[in-house]
Amino acid sequence: MTWIGDNTGLIWTQLGQHIYLSLIPMVLGLVISVPLGYVATRFSWLANPLVALGGVLYSLPSIALFIVLPAIIGTKVLSQANIIIALTIYAVSLLIRNVIDGLRSVPEDVLQAAVSVGYGTLRRVVTIDLPIAVPVIFTGLRVVTVANISMVSVGAIIGVGGLGQLFTLGFQQDFLTPIVVGVVLSLALALIADISLVGLQRLLTPWARAVVPVKEVVR
Amino acid sequence: MIQGFLDYITDPANWSGAEGISNRIAQHLGYTFLSLLIAAVIAFPVGLLIGHTRRGAFIAINTANAWRALPTLGLLTLVVLLIGIGKVPVIIALVVLGIPPILASTYAGVSGVDRATIDAARGMGMTGREILTKVEIPIALPLIISGLRSATLQIVSTATVAAYVALGGLGRYVIDGLSLRDFPQMLTGAVLVAVLAILLDLCFAAIGRYAVSAGLTGRLRRNTDTKTSTAPAPAGV
Repeated sequence: MTWIGDNTGLIWTQLGQHIYLSLIPMVLGLVISVPLGYVATRFSWLANPLVALGGVLYSLPSIALFIVLPAIIGTKVLSQANIIIALTIYAVSLLIRNVIDGLRSVPEDVLQAAVSVGYGTLRRVVTIDLPIAVPVIFTGLRVVTVANISMVSVGAIIGVGGLGQLFTLGFQQDFLTPIVVGVVLSLALALIADISLVGLQRLLTPWARAVVPVKEVVR
Repeated sequence: MIQGFLDYITDPANWSGAEGISNRIAQHLGYTFLSLLIAAVIAFPVGLLIGHTRRGAFIAINTANAWRALPTLGLLTLVVLLIGIGKVPVIIALVVLGIPPILASTYAGVSGVDRATIDAARGMGMTGREILTKVEIPIALPLIISGLRSATLQIVSTATVAAYVALGGLGRYVIDGLSLRDFPQMLTGAVLVAVLAILLDLCFAAIGRYAVSAGLTGRLRRNTDTKTSTAPAPAGV
């Protein structure tokens, strides 16, 4: 307990690093996968290869990706960029499937109604397709966010890992407290992020409150 | 950087011996299969029980959700500090990470079987055990296999990280290479683990393709259709 009191500065710093190392890839993942998913629904031959590629990329162990990336894109081995890019790749490879499924779940008659009252493509996608796809996209987004928060810690092995650095610290000093603090904060962060996303989804889909929620996809 | 990696991985001297690549791959696969086996032995029956009786679903779903949030490095360092350095604590940690996906997908597969199908089986006079083994498990098989697949990928990945707490396997190249600032060696470990994960993933895809009943996948539907419609009369008649 005294360790926690003596090291609040360190804990806050690592918590802060953990938050942005996990949230930036989530946002980037969403920003990349939504247009990509839209393109894949327009040119449907792209959809299956993209989802398959996502499956392969998602199966890569995170530590492997953290180390292979510098060799491919030329970043420094101990750079935060590796973690952010690797987690963004995971986010896109998982989200792309949900975005495609979500956009495909928009009923055909709704699309036709929008076109016939004069909606242009961009306006239709933003104001009609995406809101209808929100529940399916958010199912993937919740998985991505929680998985990212737990994966950031692995980065501590190569020196950039937010709360993960409390694990390596505790391990090197044969001292349990930092590890327990790290695990608890990491779990709490995942829980808060998940609850926030559920809240955000409710805000974005006010009509869904009246009906049965979309059945969650089991992965 | 890539040249150094190619030199490292194509050097025969790096492939042989106790610290050679062949042995590290064998170790990595050994840890993975041992942990997967123990996790399956524990999780599979529990998943079947919860799915078959449809009680305790709350536990199955929540363990699976909490599992995703658990930082693997935290779990590894915690278990090793509590039990001590060695293979056993690490295997325990790997098993702990392997259980939730198998449990959750077995539960989801078995409890997702259409009630009408189960009623039909019961109507034909099947006992509870027969319904489980002849109806529920075969129908749940695609999900069960995908749960095993998730567990395997998680274990392969975590076994790499476990080199940090003194496990052998391919993670050794990553951790040792890092402390020596030997980047080609790190890259060798990372690439081999990635290839191993993809190969295991393909194995599960193949198992899924051939183990799942043709009646479920529709793989043989066209064949059976033509057989039933154009089947010649038995020769002896």
